[in-house]
Amino acid sequence: MAHMNMVQALNSAMDIMMERDPRVVVLGEDVGYFGGVFRCTDGLQRKYGEQRVLDTPIAEGGIVAAAIGMGVNGLKPVAEIQFADYIYPAFDQIVSELARLRYRTAGEFSAPVTIRTPCGGGIRGGQTHSQSPEGVFTHVCGIKVVMPSNPYDAKGLLISSIEDEDPVVFFEPKRLYNGPFDGDPHKPAVPWSTHPKGAVPEGYYKVSLSKAEVVRPGKDVTILAYGTMVHVAEAAVRLAKVDAEIVDVRALAPLDTDTLCSSVCKTGRCVIVHEATRYSGFGAELAATVQEECFWHLEAPIARVTGWDTPYPHAFEWEYFPGPARIAAALTRVMEEK
Amino acid sequence: MAQRSRLHVPHPPARPGEKPDFSYVTLTPAGTVARPDAKAPARELENLGREMVRVLDDDGRAQGPWNPHLEPEELQVALRHMLLTRIFDDRMQRMQRQGRISFYMKSTGEEAVSVAQGMALQPGDMLFPSYRNQGLFIVRGRSLVDLMCQCLSNTRDTCRGRQMPIMYHWGAGNIFSISGNLATQFPQAVGWAMAAAIKGEDRIAAAWIGEGASAEADFHHGMTFASVYQAPVILNIVNNQWAISTFQGFAGGERRTFAEYGPGYGIPGVRVDGNDFLAVYGVTRWAAERARQSGGPTLIEHVTYRAGAHSTSDDPSRYRPKEEWTAWPLGDPISRLKQHLIGLGEWSEERHTALEKQLEAHVIACWKEAAGFGTLTEGPRLDPATMFEDVFHEMPPHLVRQREELRALAAMQPAKGSGEEKSLEARSAAVAKEG
Repeated sequence: MAHMNMVQALNSAMDIMMERDPRVVVLGEDVGYFGGVFRCTDGLQRKYGEQRVLDTPIAEGGIVAAAIGMGVNGLKPVAEIQFADYIYPAFDQIVSELARLRYRTAGEFSAPVTIRTPCGGGIRGGQTHSQSPEGVFTHVCGIKVVMPSNPYDAKGLLISSIEDEDPVVFFEPKRLYNGPFDGDPHKPAVPWSTHPKGAVPEGYYKVSLSKAEVVRPGKDVTILAYGTMVHVAEAAVRLAKVDAEIVDVRALAPLDTDTLCSSVCKTGRCVIVHEATRYSGFGAELAATVQEECFWHLEAPIARVTGWDTPYPHAFEWEYFPGPARIAAALTRVMEEK
Repeated sequence: MAQRSRLHVPHPPARPGEKPDFSYVTLTPAGTVARPDAKAPARELENLGREMVRVLDDDGRAQGPWNPHLEPEELQVALRHMLLTRIFDDRMQRMQRQGRISFYMKSTGEEAVSVAQGMALQPGDMLFPSYRNQGLFIVRGRSLVDLMCQCLSNTRDTCRGRQMPIMYHWGAGNIFSISGNLATQFPQAVGWAMAAAIKGEDRIAAAWIGEGASAEADFHHGMTFASVYQAPVILNIVNNQWAISTFQGFAGGERRTFAEYGPGYGIPGVRVDGNDFLAVYGVTRWAAERARQSGGPTLIEHVTYRAGAHSTSDDPSRYRPKEEWTAWPLGDPISRLKQHLIGLGEWSEERHTALEKQLEAHVIACWKEAAGFGTLTEGPRLDPATMFEDVFHEMPPHLVRQREELRALAAMQPAKGSGEEKSLEARSAAVAKEG
């Protein structure tokens, strides 16, 4: 077992899939010769050639459209959108075309495209390099949406995404690329080699696109989180001194309702955490699902801890970021309800 | 006096009640534009975007180097395809007026574009049509019954009731699915062509949009990607002068031709008489030859006229003169090919009338067969529970649950006329109890 950070794990997933399946191609801005601004595709063009690892024009709509056409013509494209904040020019191609092609042709045409895109803040990215738009995509029928929280899952989920028959939007929390981040920017960075999920098999394996994972068992309260917030929630649990069960949602759409709800039914309390803004955010879907499935087990109102409903401000990112103190406060509040 | 800017708002040359004026359509005499080598660099071809490639002259004779020299039998097939397209369109429009289908879009006046290009390309070439390219399906031999069943959203609809009429697709015929979102298929066709080149195939792609939709970003994405990767693709702008109620000036047509977009991207742009079957065929052959020889993409502007309404929901008498179609300087593509064939001694008015009658009977027979599979108002109907299929490759649990919910509701509904129709309240109460 090797130690990998998330960048290496993602690179390894693409490397393995390109090796195994000649239909897999990688395309995106700066992904070829340079290997990507976050280095996720480093070395792939040298190894597989410039016909399979393509630098593209700066046109996200064109990247996704080209990937759709390639997918229709028998390739398995992995498109990188350099920042999730840049994905909107491709929105029509994703929502009206990629997501619905199988449906509108009753299965005669489909495009198995994987769209990788770094998301989330905490890197001084301001309002155009920090967004978490997952909720915008979970609202769309016909695409799968995933967000890993560690290198092991990142590799296994990306391999599953590339092999999947359906299009997948794969969000990569960029604050986790180099280490598990617990929400305190003043502490020295911790590398993935210190974390059990930084141990990653070098070969091929898959992680299911439809399964959440209980990453910390507990009995008092359930925290539903994904991406960076899984690690921030762990810090908050230590701070609040509660025996919380943390569920890494991982697969946002379709959602593993069973794992989420059996945890909440067991603990009777639920705190939902995401970095994205709150209003109509993915947490609203989680809260509604928990309410429908677990209402008679709930001891307290469901709480949400999220980014504020403002753009991500450059100078105030740590006031914006839903850090351990805010999550701990929510845990305490939820535990006080009788 | 202080200088100030002034917003220019384009105006079409004529509005309802005014005399049609097509003086803005610059013409080049038939046979006078040189046909360059298909491998010539784009920068040597810039005249092709300003002039107009024409083969048929005013007397219906074929002139000049773009004449594809087709056999009379092929021209008769072409005439048949164009005529069938027109008769099919007329019948479907009538069926919409009778309430049998919800919507329709005719291609009247533009038949030469789809029929000539469909015939000039190879069967393995992948076509990414827009919504006024029904002639492509007819050339490739899609049965009219299949097209009609799609428009009817009936039990034999290949879209299974999920798309509006005319949003056809045909996997086996290498024709991609039509999207109601304009221009999206343009860069997808380029991606398809890139994949063909990556795989080392000799198949090429072709895509169509209207001049109005060339304002969409997707058009420009398609052009950029096609140019950068020299994709084997033919990109077509069908300039039929009107985008619903806005004339081509609102897509920039007052300042340049649409073919002239090509040189700006390093792509040859060819302006062709879109109502001249032979010219469209000749230009398409040239572009296909170029694409297959790694010469890269070609942009073709087909200058034509939308003779009918935009769709059955549109009323063009509100925004353009009724007489425009008869004043259109490039005439009717069917009449022009007919005149050419008669001039060759290979056709006659009598044969034409007989063919029209034969095709009308064929279309009516096809409609009868198609309607037997159900219409919007009568006959068999698809199971609504199929709406949950094909959202994903495998149905996820939440859709299985929603399908069960729909089925439970349907199960509460007694057969029509059984005398046991329950009130809506009673049915929903029963479903709530089950849930």
